Amino acid sequence: MQHAVIFPILLPLLTAALLLLPPLQASLTKRRWLSGLGLFLLLLSALFGLWQSGAGVQTFYLLGNWPAPFGIVLLQDKVSALFVLLSTVLACCCWLYSVAGEDERGAYFQPLLQFLLMGIHGAFLTADLFNLFVFFEVLLISSYGLLLHGGGKGRTKAALHYVLLNLLGSAVFLLALALLYAMLGSLNMQDMAQRISQLGPQQALIVKAAAGLLLVVFGLKAAILPLHFWLPAAYANASPAVAAMFAVMTKVGVYCVLRVFGSLFASNAGELAGFGQDLLWFAGLATMVLAAIGVIAAQNLKKLVAYLVLVSVGSLIAVLSLGSTAAIAAMLYYSLHSTLMAGALFLLADLIAAQRGTVQDRLVSGRPLQQAWLLGVLFFIAALAVVGMPPLSGFVAKIWLLQAATESQHRIALWSVLLLCSLMVLIAVSRAGSTLFWRVNQQQVSGNRAQPVQWSAVVLLLACSPLLVVFGNPVMQFCLEAAMQLQLLPNVRATGGL
Amino acid sequence: MELVIAIVIGVLTSCGVLLVLRAHTFAVVLGLTLLSYAVNLFIFASGGLTAGKGAVLGQTDIYADPLPQALVLTAIVIGFAMTAFLVILAIRARAELGNDHVDGDSGSRQHPDKESRL
Repeated sequence: MQHAVIFPILLPLLTAALLLLPPLQASLTKRRWLSGLGLFLLLLSALFGLWQSGAGVQTFYLLGNWPAPFGIVLLQDKVSALFVLLSTVLACCCWLYSVAGEDERGAYFQPLLQFLLMGIHGAFLTADLFNLFVFFEVLLISSYGLLLHGGGKGRTKAALHYVLLNLLGSAVFLLALALLYAMLGSLNMQDMAQRISQLGPQQALIVKAAAGLLLVVFGLKAAILPLHFWLPAAYANASPAVAAMFAVMTKVGVYCVLRVFGSLFASNAGELAGFGQDLLWFAGLATMVLAAIGVIAAQNLKKLVAYLVLVSVGSLIAVLSLGSTAAIAAMLYYSLHSTLMAGALFLLADLIAAQRGTVQDRLVSGRPLQQAWLLGVLFFIAALAVVGMPPLSGFVAKIWLLQAATESQHRIALWSVLLLCSLMVLIAVSRAGSTLFWRVNQQQVSGNRAQPVQWSAVVLLLACSPLLVVFGNPVMQFCLEAAMQLQLLPNVRATGGL
Repeated sequence: MELVIAIVIGVLTSCGVLLVLRAHTFAVVLGLTLLSYAVNLFIFASGGLTAGKGAVLGQTDIYADPLPQALVLTAIVIGFAMTAFLVILAIRARAELGNDHVDGDSGSRQHPDKESRL
């Protein structure tokens, strides 16, 4: 199974290519089953990757068997295996939700979903910065298509902004890559980490400029404060399964920040050690505060959830910038929790909106819901998890985030901002819930009943939250080991581990 | 040669940024295209500017760095695809939103003199 590393990239590619062939184009049912089969195999390969990396081995996969710094290298370690599994689980639930009828609204939903997964997994697995750019473009062009899925004015407008911003981001990314290549002569991350430590002061200045440009690009993908404007409109306007899948896309940005700034410019990077940490710290805190205000001010449920995604991005970035092993481990655990819960909430928001007639998901009093009990209980569980109430994973994750900062000099700032934001989220979510489910008028119930596959997709995502608590100890151990592995990476290379 | 390339990249970039900051999709598309030309030249220059060196092994004793050439080829292809997508999206936005303003509103119509410049 030496080729298992590349399966998470190849499987979606093959499935998507098959889905585009004429015999399958004719039949919606066949396309759904094939896409589901592809996702099932992908889930198996992601689990296998997790098991393989669990033994503590970093697997380097040389594409085309070119020797290490010259060819493209894929790296499967604990962090990348964990994120691949996360996006696969999310994609399975989105697929389950979409087969209830959402994928009929455009011809290419299933292939685009597979191409998106290919790009995401490539971005997680690659250890080469230019290859990262290529996989970014793969995931972006599929996300453009998915964002437009279903059509409509709001979507077109949001997509135009999203596409323009990301094209600019790509240009900046290429500038940074060219600068880095000119200074370091390599784009392989392990090789770069070694060369960065030997830079002279003049060259280090230019590499700093390139690192700043990279920070802008990843900040745009992750939607960190000054670059976050596109996110609420894009996520709130996307169709539900797409919005749920996009919950992992901001994590791709956070993951790249983690790889590049947590590992490449880590403590042994000579003059560049710790570059960007202060900036990330303040940007993270500011994102959190602004997003929490956005959550309170949101006029409809989808926008509220989009701002919740931003809150989680802010806390992830702020904690990441602390840089200690415990902080990065806590951040990994929190990103698992927040991605799955955001996905569940996007799906739930659509189910709720479908039963409220013309008021849709706006937070005003409307007609009573047809399945008020079912959706109410699901919303209650999701709200508890996302606010961070015991006994669900949000509580464990937030406690761990707070605990990770105890030894840092920033702890007072982090504690107060994180707790204050949690309070604001609590107020906003409970207000939203009571408006949606209790402030009802006398109109007749109507609208579409949630189909079993739809609400079971939500249930599956929500079930991950108690699972993350029940299996808390092994998951946390895994996160801790993953964080340690990430920070030791340059040393492994120096001793010839490649 | 360095100076010429630097000036060309600088002029292309500034024109691109200027056009991107316009409020109409056509100008923005042109701006992004200029910007990607500038970026492509920049990548090409990142391997060092040399004249008369071979790119194929075995033809000469001194070689130009082949990697930036491969990178720039990839970047050009991706840039073309993205620009094509953007043009289609801009046309669709023009049809659905009724105007070619990037925000989709016709608020800028109140200043016809400003608009006529582009």
